[in-house]
Amino acid sequence: MSRPATKLIRQGAARVGFRHELHPSQWLQLRAALGDEPELDFLGLWAEQGAVHAAFHGADGLLLTTLPLAEASYPALSPVRPAAAWFERAVADLWGLRAEGGTDGRSWLDHGRWPAMAPLSARPQPNMAEPPQPGFLPALGEGVHQVPVGPVHGGVTEPGHFRFHVQGERVVRLEARLGYAHKGTLGLMRGKSPRAAARFAARISGDSTVAHSWAFAAAAEAALDLTPPPRAILLRGVMAELERIANHLNDWGALCNDAGFAWPQARCGVLREALLRAQEAAFGHRLMMDRVVPGGVSIDIARSGPDTLRAALAGIQAEFPALRRISEEQAGLQDRLAGTGVLHPALAGRFAAGGFVGRASGRDFDARRNRAYAPYDAVAFTVPVLRSGDVEARLALRMAELEQSLSMAETLLARLEPGETLLALPVQGGEGVALVEGFRGEVLCWMALDENGLIRACFARDPSWLHWPLLEAAMQNGILADFPLCNRSFNASYSGVDL
Amino acid sequence: MSDTPEPATDTGPPPPWTPLRQALAGLSWPPMLLPRLVRDLLRGPQTDPAPPVPEITVSALIERLDAAARARLGRSLAIRHVGSGSCNGCELEINGLSGVVYDLERLGLRFVASPRHADVLLVTGPACRNMTEAMQRAWHCAPEPRWVVAVGDCALDGGVFRDSYAVEGGVGQVLPVDLVIPGCPPSPGLMLEGLLALVEAQRDEDEVPAGMPPRAEPGFRNQG
Ligand code: SF4
Repeated sequence: MSRPATKLIRQGAARVGFRHELHPSQWLQLRAALGDEPELDFLGLWAEQGAVHAAFHGADGLLLTTLPLAEASYPALSPVRPAAAWFERAVADLWGLRAEGGTDGRSWLDHGRWPAMAPLSARPQPNMAEPPQPGFLPALGEGVHQVPVGPVHGGVTEPGHFRFHVQGERVVRLEARLGYAHKGTLGLMRGKSPRAAARFAARISGDSTVAHSWAFAAAAEAALDLTPPPRAILLRGVMAELERIANHLNDWGALCNDAGFAWPQARCGVLREALLRAQEAAFGHRLMMDRVVPGGVSIDIARSGPDTLRAALAGIQAEFPALRRISEEQAGLQDRLAGTGVLHPALAGRFAAGGFVGRASGRDFDARRNRAYAPYDAVAFTVPVLRSGDVEARLALRMAELEQSLSMAETLLARLEPGETLLALPVQGGEGVALVEGFRGEVLCWMALDENGLIRACFARDPSWLHWPLLEAAMQNGILADFPLCNRSFNASYSGVDL
Repeated sequence: MSDTPEPATDTGPPPPWTPLRQALAGLSWPPMLLPRLVRDLLRGPQTDPAPPVPEITVSALIERLDAAARARLGRSLAIRHVGSGSCNGCELEINGLSGVVYDLERLGLRFVASPRHADVLLVTGPACRNMTEAMQRAWHCAPEPRWVVAVGDCALDGGVFRDSYAVEGGVGQVLPVDLVIPGCPPSPGLMLEGLLALVEAQRDEDEVPAGMPPRAEPGFRNQG
């Protein structure tokens, strides 16, 4: 094991323990070295004024690297890490930095409708031009035609545009054009204290509000060298598992319903609603938004909270076996799910896909186990992994995870001891990074604070950054009518990537 | 060969329930589903009673719509959700409305797949600039009379995102809003209250308040 890329990054000047700065020539070498070290997982790429950062995860954990920039371009990583393409496009749109030699130079977040271009750069230029027409990758062949869908959809979902190139019913190419939900979140965080900016992190993707808030809080705590009180850590774990349960129930029901089998959705809906009401009784908010904050949790669990939550969890526990068996044995349902939207394990591995998407395609990674952060370092659980990579596998995996989360939530609730729940944050500079397993996969958050304790730069990477391009790949050669099922089985977040 | 041979004894005519059992077996239901369906039927609805509707909201809404329009809308409303860039928290709660617990349809409210079929545009999220044109197009597609309901604090005034370069502000910056349902996100119960107020506002066909202010028409930003 020579691990040339890891070695190269480690040779760079260490800015903080986990982040190394490279010279332009080293960055170029990194591109070649990454090709020779496919097992180094690419997590994300972003920028701040005057630098680009890239994050990796390998045998020795998280590794960040930085290229300080004098000009507005840098050598692209997408030729060796295809997942980098979406990030490079975003970096160009937000910071005006071009990826030299990148695989895709089209804009994505910037639709030409903001008052200024490169809004996060040092000198945003006013935008005078008319919004351009979007360009899509071509597909050639006899009888190929296009089907545009969105940004306003038929169901209750977030805005996004899908461009299908189809030949008959067969999908030759699917492209997701997103960015409609771009809210400028990263820009809003700058110059605020971590406490004040936490509400933006909580709203990066509402269904993962706990996971994003936790990753954000953990990055801030790492930057400030602070360990939240044990009770707060346990409560974070409880909330994260509840969030996973609620989301898995939701998509389980919806997926069955999309395939024409309505009964599981009715039952999952009843169970989920009972859980959301218990969450409101326990934490004062149905989705537990703004509960996890830097320094701990903003609100302690209500006195009756543990019992209320246990009752809701017991209701799910009681119905779970039958619900699962019925979903697994319904021939009509299986007929629609099995073999649909296959994501090949090789591709999932190359993209380092997280969460149930990756684990249903053989990628055995779960931040709760692989990084064993508290409180998961002291909880026993198994990480289910499947290899078939189809819609059925993604659903089966979520059922298996749900079962694990039910017992984890119980365990964590049982361990609650009276104590503090929130610490004050020191006012000082620092830099931190964190990886927290949300229901979709691991959420990465990196944060740099200036000497006044205000955010100089921050980046939050939802797992959906990797899932969107993989959804495109999984739809290739499928049929158009399977798209709703396939899309639901990935359930990537629009807002989570649009930022 | 896995086929088991027929037993030699004559068992006589089949019992009367055999055809039913065969028919059920032919449906290929998993063995556990049927008893559960029966149980669900017997235990009665799990649906919550509808919330009371605030009178003050209803009268405010009545003032916004003339009698002819009310008569045309009738006591049932078709709703089209339009996401203008929410964080998806509001969508989660809207989705809850169609579930068993809130069961929107029993109250004459239903979601439709296109703005062209809609009486109500239910808008979530701050008015993201990248969505402005799409929202206005959706609004123009919806036949008149139509309501615009802004759901959530973001839709109200941009919420936490109101100072962003990427956001116009609340949905009211882009479309004429008739009703706001605040919250982050508002609970399904609160949304149901607001939507029922819309249905109630169609109730009286007599009194038309005089001197209704004309509603402002939004325009496309990029089309003169
Ligand atoms: S109001 Fe709250 S839940 Fe709704 S879109 Fe805005 S931030 Fe999300």
